[in-house]
Amino acid sequence: MDGSDSSTQIARQGAAEAYDGPPDQRTGARHAVYPDLSHDEVERFNFLAQMNHHLATRVAPMVESTWDARVEPRFEAEHGRKPKDRTEARRALLADPVFKTWSALRRMTMEQRQEAGRWAAVRQSESLAAKVASLSDHGRLTLDPTVLVPRYVAAVDHHCMPGSYHTELFPGDVSGPASYDSGIHVTVGGRGGPYNDGIGRTMAAWIKETYPDFKPARILDLGVTTAHNTLPMALAFPETEVIGVDIGVPVLRYGAARAEALGVRNVRFLQADASNLSQFEDGSFDLVMTTMFLHELSLSSMDAIFREARRVLAPGGLMLNMEQPAYAGMPPFEQAIRDWDAHYNNEPFWTTLHSLNLDDHFVAAGFDRDKLVKKVFTAPAGPAGHTRIGMVFVGAET
Amino acid sequence: MSIANALLHASDKPAGKRPYFLDPEVERVMTITMAIAQELAVARQRIDTLERLLEAKGVVPRAELESFTPSPEQYAERALWSQEYINRILRIVQQEGQAAEAGAKGDLPIPDVTQEIS
Repeated sequence: MDGSDSSTQIARQGAAEAYDGPPDQRTGARHAVYPDLSHDEVERFNFLAQMNHHLATRVAPMVESTWDARVEPRFEAEHGRKPKDRTEARRALLADPVFKTWSALRRMTMEQRQEAGRWAAVRQSESLAAKVASLSDHGRLTLDPTVLVPRYVAAVDHHCMPGSYHTELFPGDVSGPASYDSGIHVTVGGRGGPYNDGIGRTMAAWIKETYPDFKPARILDLGVTTAHNTLPMALAFPETEVIGVDIGVPVLRYGAARAEALGVRNVRFLQADASNLSQFEDGSFDLVMTTMFLHELSLSSMDAIFREARRVLAPGGLMLNMEQPAYAGMPPFEQAIRDWDAHYNNEPFWTTLHSLNLDDHFVAAGFDRDKLVKKVFTAPAGPAGHTRIGMVFVGAET
Repeated sequence: MSIANALLHASDKPAGKRPYFLDPEVERVMTITMAIAQELAVARQRIDTLERLLEAKGVVPRAELESFTPSPEQYAERALWSQEYINRILRIVQQEGQAAEAGAKGDLPIPDVTQEIS
């Protein structure tokens, strides 16, 4: 350092070169049903993305170093042994001010993100509903009012999203998915690309690389929500009929209009509970996919969904699920940190899912143990402090 | 209608009992403080936008902002605003100080006065 202030340093080096953090929310792709965001609404998202970046890159490492320096030693001094599991690790962490401050800031940043998105979306909810209605009338959306919202959705508001995927403030309201669509930037820090579709693009690329001759006639995406990760699959397989299923009417309406706005023709949306797909015949799909879906289920619904997936898949087909990795083999501290969302971010099935041996559940659903599929991706540090494994694909061939 | 809905629902509570990691009174104040920090950042970015637009349109070069020196009169106006501002946000500090003095002079809790005059 030569004593000059940081802004002079940046000016000399070039701010763009010196900068390491989330991109401007404005660089995210807009489409015809994307909410109009004022200057200050964008800056609210940008601030919150920076908060998550700061918590992940500056504070989360201190949680880990504090664990090494005093939390685990204190536990050992009291118990004469190391913490044996994630529950003991979490309870020990809850007594430490660094973990408590990090947790309090993570929780309030998530709550601020929800407020920021809801403010922008709800204030224009009538015009958004009108835009979606004008774009949805192309036969690509099929609603079924007999579909019930299951308890594991109705009772939860996953990731602290008020109203979850299914609540309307008035008939035709899409403010929930509009808030979700515009606020994803805060959660993923722009790492999903301008359309927040990185998982879908990765899945399409991996399938094409791994199964170069695979030409699915029909793809079924379960828990499609707003179809961020569905559209890259539909674009990667333009001859394929893609059907997205969800229990949430607002997300289906918004997703259908968003697909229309982005000109993706080969995708349809259907209101259905994925644990009962009786409208589809046995063997009528070549690929059943889910992305970040399994951890928002319940154990019984997940098993039912696996059975339905197996039933509707044709021979030579594939079920592929993108998820966070299982806990098995990870040290208690890492498990406790990865399990934060289960306890403090409204993800009640998270712990169970990541503690299961999913292979057994695929086999119990009728998949062949010799045809199970698993691919692990590593990723750089993310906002949740999960630095080691980015995501996994798990599933089975038929 | 939409604005009324936004005022009613933008800050809706998600399902589930909220976890508190700190003393709830401390965490409440911290939560309000972080919301204000967010709005300060938003205001700072808005000023930056304004400065850049003024420069781009040839109205005020940013270098001129950096080298701006208020006249004694202008400085006094700004300094008075700062004093007013600090007085306002630290009102409770002033009032707690005055309370010590007032107490010594027999300042009573209002319920005591109520009893006295009823």
